[in-house]
Amino acid sequence: MGILNLLRRNTFEHGIHPQEHKELTCRLPIRRLPFAPRLIVPLSQHTGAPAVALVRPGQEVVRGEPIASASGFMSVPMHAPATGVVESIQLMPTARGPKTESIVIRVYGGSSQEVLYDAPRRVEEMTADEIIQAVQDSGMVGLGGAAFPTHVKMKPPPEHSVDTLVVNGCECEPYLTCDHRLMLEQTDELLAGIRIVMRALGVGRAMIGVEDNKMDAVEAIAGRLEANGPISVHAVQTKYPQGAEKMLIDSLLGRRVPTGSFPSAVGVSVFNVSTLAQIGALLPKGHGVIERVVTVSGAGVRNPGNYLVPVGTPVRYLLEFAGSTPRSNELILGGPMMGMSVASLDVPVTKAVSGMVVLETSDADLGERKVQPCIRCAYCVEACPMHLNPSTLGLLAAKREYEKMANEFHLNDCFECGCCSYVCPANIPLVQYFRIAKAINREKAA
Amino acid sequence: MDTRLKIELRTSPHLKQTVTVEQIMRNVVYALLPVCAFAVYAFGISVLALLTVTTLTCVLGEALFCRLSGKPSTVNDWSIVITGLLLGLTLPPGFPLWMAAVAGFVAVGLGKALFGGLGYNVMNPALVGRAFVQAAFPVAITTWTPAFLEGRFTEFIPSTLTFPFMQPPPVDEWIAQAQVDAFSGATPLALQKFEQIITPAGELFTGMTAGSAGETSALIILAGGLYLAARRMMDWRIPVGVLLGAALTSLPFWLMDSVRYPDPLFVLLSGGLMLGAVFMASDMVASPVTPQGVWLYSLFIGALTVIIRLFGGLTEGVMYAILLGNAISPLIATVTQPRVFGARDRGPRT
Repeated sequence: MGILNLLRRNTFEHGIHPQEHKELTCRLPIRRLPFAPRLIVPLSQHTGAPAVALVRPGQEVVRGEPIASASGFMSVPMHAPATGVVESIQLMPTARGPKTESIVIRVYGGSSQEVLYDAPRRVEEMTADEIIQAVQDSGMVGLGGAAFPTHVKMKPPPEHSVDTLVVNGCECEPYLTCDHRLMLEQTDELLAGIRIVMRALGVGRAMIGVEDNKMDAVEAIAGRLEANGPISVHAVQTKYPQGAEKMLIDSLLGRRVPTGSFPSAVGVSVFNVSTLAQIGALLPKGHGVIERVVTVSGAGVRNPGNYLVPVGTPVRYLLEFAGSTPRSNELILGGPMMGMSVASLDVPVTKAVSGMVVLETSDADLGERKVQPCIRCAYCVEACPMHLNPSTLGLLAAKREYEKMANEFHLNDCFECGCCSYVCPANIPLVQYFRIAKAINREKAA
Repeated sequence: MDTRLKIELRTSPHLKQTVTVEQIMRNVVYALLPVCAFAVYAFGISVLALLTVTTLTCVLGEALFCRLSGKPSTVNDWSIVITGLLLGLTLPPGFPLWMAAVAGFVAVGLGKALFGGLGYNVMNPALVGRAFVQAAFPVAITTWTPAFLEGRFTEFIPSTLTFPFMQPPPVDEWIAQAQVDAFSGATPLALQKFEQIITPAGELFTGMTAGSAGETSALIILAGGLYLAARRMMDWRIPVGVLLGAALTSLPFWLMDSVRYPDPLFVLLSGGLMLGAVFMASDMVASPVTPQGVWLYSLFIGALTVIIRLFGGLTEGVMYAILLGNAISPLIATVTQPRVFGARDRGPRT
């Protein structure tokens, strides 16, 4: 396998080929979801410091209006997803686990989908710093799932010089097709966003990487690009986790981000297509991030599709709108490889939720399979895109040698893609072991 | 609308490939079945009885040891069937059944259960069982009978039915009577080592020679190996590495003295090398997990086999070579950790 991958550029070594299930939704155009009667906007739905509420309970808010401000550089503001009244600001459950301070908005019946709160501006006349400020003001975070504040990535550390913008259109998670639809339906906004970010970063080259199971998207984008221009689109091999930024950089440029470093260390910045399309659409109008495309899919959903969902929509509302089957038994926010299964249907859709996948009992029947001892089949070793040794790491985790895992076996290079657990014939929950090990190491360090 | 949806919480990934430990083990058994069938075809009902006894004692031993240690029974994972079959295939066709039962019991007990069962055994259990009987019954384990005897499907080899705890009767006289053509009872390795007679490669490849029950036909063993490699249920590097190691080590000796030393092709096709390379060195549990480690491990086994064969007192060295390879594989693992993506240096950070 290794040799084949080396001969064939446009991909990385290792990885897996899970069943894609994209046919459920990839041909369905993006549809707008109506407003839920109540929207829950957590103040912390991004990596970094929580936002600070600007509104009080009882206050009326207009769709698009800022309702919380950033509390520093590593923070982003929030905007009202709908016109209504602030019902309360209180701790509410979120998909990530702990309850989070959230602004609860009761939406006025019949309120308009139009964004009335805007401040048009000429982006092409703005300086790099003004663009970065505007991106922060829009509340933009990595919409691919990372939820890292986007403007922070537009200011790479001064010791690194970035020469290439890598645009991540891989969408390697099974089931998800929101980025695919976006590339087809909002190609112009995407390209506008790419140009804006290129200016802010001061780079002369952008490379769009799209998995080769979406050749229609590749063609749609290529059709709007000038030949030999600064922006190019590349089909990369369909393989999970092609959309992991280190993998994609390796696939497109053959550069390997050093362990423990960010992509800027090899002169690259990586942005997701949905982030860039929103930048392209929102910045000229001065709008904030108030909605996003969410793929609703899986055998447990009656009407799978790609829905434009207001931020803060409770999962229950989305699920009722799409319909669920009696046998559905697991609800995942994000993709099935890295997403989180939710304990409560009352958690809201946040900015970084790219999908809602509902599985049925018959889908994975993970619960039925018992964990067996490691037989050292080495499937995980050949699957790990970071070239770790999950087999040995797993044995160490069982012995609770968490520090040895980090110090000698590169535990902290694991980005929890799940390839090892996916391939393990003994059904060992390797990734979960690694999460626990990292958490315990973090606690010890603190 | 059912809002009382019963949802379960799981950790990611929420999808899973369907290959299980049982499936891998079952497929190894499938790959071994043609080898067993040929062994029975070549050596008759004695080998059928031999394979039955080793497999049964292994399965019963596994069940017993699981019960004794209070663990859930692991008989259903098929791994013990592989041990039983492999053990039978490595024994001489006329090996006394009671000794085979001892071997089976030792294979499970000392080779596997003692270490904690599947996944924890340091060495290939079948070879542990065989090594034990090699030491305990040195005569019986080097008593060979010719393949394709006329009455092999109607008559047991006399030594097979030796009464428990009794020495087997000598079989030379019986062979002389039973033998109708030129098939020799001596193994190709013994012929080469003591009489410098090289058995033609064609005979070795198809399995027309004497030897352990399942080691004689390289063709059928290779077919099983190809099946497993194609299904990714065996690391192809292991047989390739073992064979390469053996060929490369024997080549210079053969070039120096082609009368005294066998040619590399003979080395590859004779004795238990093919069976060991394909089915025993490749035991997942007892071999390293990283590609670099696997190369080191398999080349070592191949080279050591040849060294034992050429310079040791024994005619065959595969068994000890693999056991030694198993023994050093934890050591190999420590020096062959994969080079982490984006890391400058290989192996553990210190």
